[in-house]
Amino acid sequence: MRKVTAMILAGGQGTRLGVLTEKIAKPAVPFGGKYRLIDFTLSNCVNSGIYKIGVLTQYKPHVLTKHIGIGKPWDLDRKDGGVTILPPYVGNEESEWYKGTANAVYQNLEFIEENGADYVLILSGDHVYAMDYNDLLDFHILKGADGTIACMEVPLEEASRFGIMVTDLDGRIVEFQEKPEKPRSNLASLGIYIFNYDFLKKILEEDERNEKSSHDFGKDIIPRIVKETLGKLYAFKFEGYWKDVGTIKSYWESNLELTSPLPPLNLHDPNWKFFTHTEEMPPSYVSPTAEVMNSIISEGCEVYGKVENSVLFQGVIVEEGSHIVNSIVMTRTFIGRNSSLENAVVAENVIIGKNVRIGVGEDRKNKYDPKVYSGLITVIGMDSVIPDDVTIGKNCVIGVDVDPNDFESRTLESGGYIFHRR
Amino acid sequence: MRVKVLGLILAGGRGEALWPLTKVRASAAIPIFGKYRAIDFTLSNMVNSGIYKVGVLTQYNPRSLMDHLGSGKEWDLDRKHGGLFILQPYVSSQGEFWYRGTADAIYQNMTLLRRGEEDFVLIGSGDHIYKIDFTDLYQYHFKKGADVTLIVKKLDESYDLTKYGIVSVNENMRILEIEEKPEKPKGDLAFLGIYFINKYLLMDLLYASVPQKGYDLLLDVILPNLDRLKVYAYVFDGYWRNVKKGIDEYYRINMDILKQEVRRELFYEKGKVFTKLKDLSPPKLTGTATVSNSLISDGCIIAGSVRNSVIFRNVRIKAGAIVENSVIMQGSVIEEGAVVKNAILDKEVVVREGREVIGEKEILVLEKRSVV
Repeated sequence: MRKVTAMILAGGQGTRLGVLTEKIAKPAVPFGGKYRLIDFTLSNCVNSGIYKIGVLTQYKPHVLTKHIGIGKPWDLDRKDGGVTILPPYVGNEESEWYKGTANAVYQNLEFIEENGADYVLILSGDHVYAMDYNDLLDFHILKGADGTIACMEVPLEEASRFGIMVTDLDGRIVEFQEKPEKPRSNLASLGIYIFNYDFLKKILEEDERNEKSSHDFGKDIIPRIVKETLGKLYAFKFEGYWKDVGTIKSYWESNLELTSPLPPLNLHDPNWKFFTHTEEMPPSYVSPTAEVMNSIISEGCEVYGKVENSVLFQGVIVEEGSHIVNSIVMTRTFIGRNSSLENAVVAENVIIGKNVRIGVGEDRKNKYDPKVYSGLITVIGMDSVIPDDVTIGKNCVIGVDVDPNDFESRTLESGGYIFHRR
Repeated sequence: MRVKVLGLILAGGRGEALWPLTKVRASAAIPIFGKYRAIDFTLSNMVNSGIYKVGVLTQYNPRSLMDHLGSGKEWDLDRKHGGLFILQPYVSSQGEFWYRGTADAIYQNMTLLRRGEEDFVLIGSGDHIYKIDFTDLYQYHFKKGADVTLIVKKLDESYDLTKYGIVSVNENMRILEIEEKPEKPKGDLAFLGIYFINKYLLMDLLYASVPQKGYDLLLDVILPNLDRLKVYAYVFDGYWRNVKKGIDEYYRINMDILKQEVRRELFYEKGKVFTKLKDLSPPKLTGTATVSNSLISDGCIIAGSVRNSVIFRNVRIKAGAIVENSVIMQGSVIEEGAVVKNAILDKEVVVREGREVIGEKEILVLEKRSVV
C-alpha cells in the first residue's frame, strides 16, 4: 500500500477569465454542461485510488467549499481520510494568507504528516484532464526520484508559454526554463508534481527561510532543485488530454470541443467517470419547435429554439425563435424569445430578454481589457439581466449583477463593456 | 405545529398488468420519465412534506428497488434519527409468512409503529405518479376531526373506473361506501390508495383484524368500520396516475410528461423529485441528430431522429436510426438505420442495424436485454 496524500491548489483567482471568476474561484468555474473545473482533479484522485486529499482554498471560496461539501459525490465522505478543505488560518507563529503555492503547502505540512503520507501529489484544481496518477507514481518509484513532474510535449512554437524541461536520456531533468524565449525542448510542465514527503518537507522549509523566494512551485521550488541539484527530479511524459483553461478563448474552445462526435476528452468513459455535485433536475426536454445540432443539452434544460455547436448547462431555458450558435450558456440562464447569441459565454443565472442580439457587428478590440476579452467572444457575468431589444457586439463584456438600469442605450458596440453601478 | 408522521410505502405489488416489465422488478421500481423510478414520487412527496421516517414494504422481486433506494441518501433519509427502513417479509419464532395483504404487511412490522415517537401514519403506494403537499392533508384531517382520511380524486373518462375503488360521500365529505373495482361504477370519485390515520388507532385496528385473518387494509380494516369510524375523503385535483394499471397506462403516463403543464406540475411544483444519482455526462446531440418533442437524459448520445419519445439515461441512438412515440429505457442501443415506433424498450435492449421494431395496434414491449 503506497501512502499518497494529494494537495489540490485551489486558491487561484484566474484573472484571465475576467468576470467569470469575479464571484468564484477558478476551480469552481463551471465546465462541460454539469461539472466545475475541480471535479476533474478530484475525480482523477478517487479513480486513482487516492482518498486522502487536501484542498487549499483562498480566493472567494464559498461556492467551491459548498460544491465539495464533505465530498459525498466523490465517495470522499470517509472515516479514514476523505477530503479536507484547507483555508489559510491564523495560528501561533507565521501562519497567514498563502503567499504562493509552495507556501500554501508548507503551511499545511502538519496535515500531510498526520495522514502519514510517503508521497505527496501536488495538483491544480483548475485543469481539465483524465490521468491515472498510479502511472506517475510507478514511474517516480521506478526511477528512484525525489520528485517527478508530469509533462506533455507541446508544439515548439508554443513552448515559450510553458515551463520547459530539458532532460537527459533517462528522463532526469537537467535544466528548467520558465517561459523561455528560446526553448531547448518541447516538454512542458503540467503543474502536476509528486514528491517524496521527506524531500518535499526539507525543500519547503528551506524555501520558507529564503526571503527572496516568492514561494511558488513553478517559479522557485522546481528551478532551485534543478539548478542546485538538491535532488533527483524526473519528467514523466503524459500522452493524454490535458488543458489549462486559463483564458476565455481556451475556456470557450475546450467546452465546444466536447460537442464534437469524438471529443479529445471522453466524458462518457464508464471506466473513468467524472463525479460532481449537481442540483437534482429532470431530464432535458427538446420541443417540436426546437432544432438542436452538435450540442450538449444538460438536465433541466427546456429548448424551444435553435441551438447549434453549443453547451447548455443545467436548467437553461431557450424560448421559441431564439438562436444560439457557438456559445456556452451556464446553469439556470434564461434566454427569451427571438434572441440570438453567437460566440458568447453566458454565466449562471442570467436573464436575457426578448429580441436580444449578442455577438454581432465588426471585430473591435475590447476597451476595458483587451488581453482578457478577445477572440470575438462576448462574455456575460453571473446574475445579470439583459433587457429586451438590446444589441451587443463582439469582444464585449457585461459584468456581474448588471441590471437593465445599467444600460444607457439599446446598443453596445463591439469592444464595449457594461458593469453594474453600485 | 409540527405534525409527527411516519410514512409507509406499499411497494410489494407484483404488477401483473405490467408484464413483462415487472418480470425483473417490483412495479414500484419501474423506470419512468427518463431517470426516475415510480417510487421516487411518493418518497419525494413524503420528504418534501417533512416526513423523515419512511418504511418501504417490499415483497415481490425487491432487488432493483433496494438497489435504487440504497441507504436513502438521495432523499436525505440517511439519518441518525428516523430515516429509511426497508421492511421485507422475514422468518421469525412465530412462523414464516409472506405478507398476506397490506394490513398484514404493516401488522408484521408493528415494532416500527410501536417504537416511534410519531402520532400519525401516512400510508401511500410506490406505484403512484403525482406531486402533493401532504401538510394540507393533515390540516384537513384535523379540521374534520377525522379518524381516518383517505385521498380521493374525481377521475375523468381517461381512467378506467372499473379498475378503481369508487367512493360515495355525504355532503360533509364523510365516506359512506367504497365499491372496490365495480362493474358499473356509481360515481367518478375514486380512492387513490393513500391513508392518513392516527397511529394508535391504526395499531388497534390491526390487532383486531389481522389475527382474525383480515389481511387487507381497505377491505378488512377500513370498510367494515365505516359506520364506527369517521372516515373522510380529501379531494386531490392534481395530476395522478397509477403505473400498475397496465402497459397502456404506463405508456400514456410517459407520453404525458411531454406536455409542458404536466412537466411543470410533476417536476417543479411542491418540491423536487429525488432519485438515485448516476454520475453520467450531460447528453449530447450530434450534427446528424433531429430531436423533437422528446425527453433526453444524461449519458445519451443521439445521432439519429427522435420524435415524441422518452429517452432514458445512457441510450445510444445512432445516425440514421428513427425513434418515434416510444419509451427507451436505460442503456439501450438503437443502431444505424433501425426503426423503433410505438414501443417500450426495457433496459439494455439492442436493436440491430436496419431492423424494425414497430407496434401496430398495441404498444410493443421488448424485454430487458433483448436483442432484435
